[in-house]
Amino acid sequence: MYNIIVGGGKVGYFLARGLLDQGHEVLIVERDPAKCEMLTEEFGSVVLQGDGCETAVLDEAGAARAENFISVTGDDEVNLVACQVAKHLFHVPRAIARINNPKNEPIFLKIGIDFTVSSTNVILEHIEEELPAYPLVHLLRLLDGTAYGIVEVKVPLGAQVVGRRLRDLRLPHPSQVLLIVKRGGMPTVPAPDTMLEADDDLVALTSPETAEQLRAVLTDGATRS
Amino acid sequence: MNAIIMGCSRTGSILAGLLASEGHQVTVLDMNPNAFRLLPPDFGGVVVVGNGIDEDVLRRAGIEQADAFAAVTQNENQNIMAAQIARHRFNVQRVVCRIHDPSREQLYESLGLRTINPARVGAQLVHEALLREPATAQAEPPRSG
Repeated sequence: MYNIIVGGGKVGYFLARGLLDQGHEVLIVERDPAKCEMLTEEFGSVVLQGDGCETAVLDEAGAARAENFISVTGDDEVNLVACQVAKHLFHVPRAIARINNPKNEPIFLKIGIDFTVSSTNVILEHIEEELPAYPLVHLLRLLDGTAYGIVEVKVPLGAQVVGRRLRDLRLPHPSQVLLIVKRGGMPTVPAPDTMLEADDDLVALTSPETAEQLRAVLTDGATRS
Repeated sequence: MNAIIMGCSRTGSILAGLLASEGHQVTVLDMNPNAFRLLPPDFGGVVVVGNGIDEDVLRRAGIEQADAFAAVTQNENQNIMAAQIARHRFNVQRVVCRIHDPSREQLYESLGLRTINPARVGAQLVHEALLREPATAQAEPPRSG
């Protein structure tokens, strides 16, 4: 599979490395002669010096037979124009643009770039996955030699547990709801038939191993805010 | 007419002066605040510092109320991107984009942008001037004394 990469910076370098390791054919188009020299030393003759937006350069690169055209420079306008030239003048089947400013994603897609990769958004998504949307707050760790602690979890709007009675929940073992603070700040000692409502704050005893499961039971189904 | 000009280059500043003197509402956009020195001293329009490929800057320049957008910076790719944002995202009716490269000029004309190629226009004017029948008075060669 023939891949043309525009931009021989860090992203272009590691992309080329990866594609070459997988046995694909690669050509890097880079404007800066010094970078070209460095890339040639590393990868051999898979580097073309020139402007990846120029028709003549892409012609020389053999863009007409490329299956993937990937523009990964640090300038969104260059990535946009390079992909548009490749797509419309060389009919490359797949044009992929790196987006540096996430605000540009809608316009890239609207004017017909097949795929965009926004490094900023990718990193943000990973961080969001790592951060629970409805955090569990550790209130207290009991110091009696056991690993038990007291945590607080808010029941979010739309959670599956809303409208269900405490005794019907499958809470992980060991964990025990100690107190429910209703909206408006009224604390209630929970009984087996206490009904859960959205925005209830549950104070519960749990162990470090079960804390995450407890959070999941109480928040699953919620619309992420 | 309410016009936004991106790039206070020589072209941009002359264009801004022309439109403003005709009574149009003009906003000039440039990344370099010093560039606005090129504007005529009596320029009555608005200047905004910022990059026209940033939607927030375009909003600040009033693109949502603009009837016309001209992208005339020295950076061809920025002109192309900004013109497409103005046309396709903000639905500005009259969008003109300066492109020097003839093959890209053709491509973006076919994709619906109005493009101006200063090199081509300049060459045509010089061409016409060269082929014009010389006026007799001008045809006299300077006499060497």
